[in-house]
Amino acid sequence: MSGVSVAKDAEDAAPASGDLVVLSNVNKHFGALHVLQDIDLTIARGEVVVVIGPSGSGKSTLCRTINRLETIDSGAITIDGKPLPQEGRELARLRADVGMVFQSFNLFAHKTVLENVMLGQTKVRRTEKKQAEAKARALLDRVGVGTQADKYPAQLSGGQQQRVAIARALAMDPKVMLFDEPTSALDPEMINEVLEVMQQLARDGMTMIVVTHEMGFARSAANRVVFMADGKIVEEATPDQFFSNPRSDRAKDFLSKILHH
Amino acid sequence: MNVLLDNFSEFRDGFIGTVEITAVSSVIALVLGLLLAGFRVSPVPPLRFFGTAWVTLLRNTPLTLLFLVFYFVVPEIFFPGMSSFLLGSLALGFYTASFVCETVRSGINTVPLGQAEAARSIGMTFTQTLRLIVLPQATRTVIPPLSSIFIALTKNSAIAGAFSVTELFGWQKLMSDQGYDIVPVFVWVALGYLVVTFAISGAFRLLESRMEVAR
Ligand SMILES: Nc1ncnc2c1ncn2[C@@H]1O[C@H](COP(=O)(O)OP(=O)(O)O)[C@@H](O)[C@H]1O
Ligand SMILES: [Mg+2]
Repeated sequence: MSGVSVAKDAEDAAPASGDLVVLSNVNKHFGALHVLQDIDLTIARGEVVVVIGPSGSGKSTLCRTINRLETIDSGAITIDGKPLPQEGRELARLRADVGMVFQSFNLFAHKTVLENVMLGQTKVRRTEKKQAEAKARALLDRVGVGTQADKYPAQLSGGQQQRVAIARALAMDPKVMLFDEPTSALDPEMINEVLEVMQQLARDGMTMIVVTHEMGFARSAANRVVFMADGKIVEEATPDQFFSNPRSDRAKDFLSKILHH
Repeated sequence: MNVLLDNFSEFRDGFIGTVEITAVSSVIALVLGLLLAGFRVSPVPPLRFFGTAWVTLLRNTPLTLLFLVFYFVVPEIFFPGMSSFLLGSLALGFYTASFVCETVRSGINTVPLGQAEAARSIGMTFTQTLRLIVLPQATRTVIPPLSSIFIALTKNSAIAGAFSVTELFGWQKLMSDQGYDIVPVFVWVALGYLVVTFAISGAFRLLESRMEVAR
């Protein structure tokens, strides 16, 4: 287990406390659409933040700007004190420190499960093959798919694929993990197996930004809920506050819709 | 008096010439075509521009014109004294590279965007993403059209014969100049090309079935 949670060890060694991800005054347009409007968001080390909001409000875009899969028009984003670099080698290095889990899993279709989890280690981190495999197997065990190591992604269920995707991201020892609706593409009976892995991760102290509508997860694992609508952050609160007593009308309206359907 | 048996060594030289110019320009076309495809999907605007310009220019130029440029302009300006074999291979390779590029690019577009995004999000560079994730998945769709492109290249190599490269089609001219009946000459030439093109499509078919098994 200790080999798996290297990120945490490194953190303990250099207790650089404080803010890990900082977005200040971030704006982004898709053509005429102002998809992110003056976004200010600070995420502390070890914090778990759930982002919630109606479809099309810019949650995915927000997530994707943090590892610069989307560029921004103005404002600044820093990770661990360093501003996001331009496209290139340095950005690639930074992306390795930011794990991302996609709604549609995006496992490498031509690689086995084990190779999926090893590839970043060997090609990006330049880890020894043996060492990378040991770590990959440990991570696959940790997310409960150790027995599937030699299969191809298409042979796995959605829940298993998503857990492999989490293992693939963890293999890079990320400083922060981004989850963009990780359970939205799953059949209901598979949602919990993925949420449990995420909950364990949160308990282990991983810094997480999670776009999800799973209230159970938000209540049990999140330190903070950020509610977005129309490209703006409308409300920030603790999960309890937000779900039982939302302040804004937009949030009230939104919650009434997801609660009574 | 059999045209083939009487002139077998010339025929053999022509055949070997065709195989050689086909092989050399195929390698040029493949390597360059892959590189150009990479340029065309690259995040760097000047590279994208270069790739687009190359394809637009070379794909839309008649091959004979290109050969003329390579034989009469290129040696004057760039490489004086380059052999006609090499000039012909370059002309054919550069021309075919533009087709390879477009085929590979359309193959790249069949790979879901999420694959490249996942690769980039674990810190792979653009080149790694292309080489390790996208191109291997594009290969399956690209192989059948590539086969056609290389068969076309083989047949296009006949133009090099007009520029004093020893190759199969040139043998035809040699024979008809010597007064042989044209029909059997054409039959032998056609058979020679068939051997090469069948070998190419066979190799590609083999490659295709290999990939089928690998899945
Ligand atoms: N690549 C894109 N090009 C143009 N518009 C986009 C693109 N991606 C997202 N959008 C638009 O931006 C808005 C926000 O999208 P998104 O961030 O995916 O919202 P959410 O994840 O909250 O549903 C939507 O209106 C969507 O149509
Ligand atoms: Mg979304």
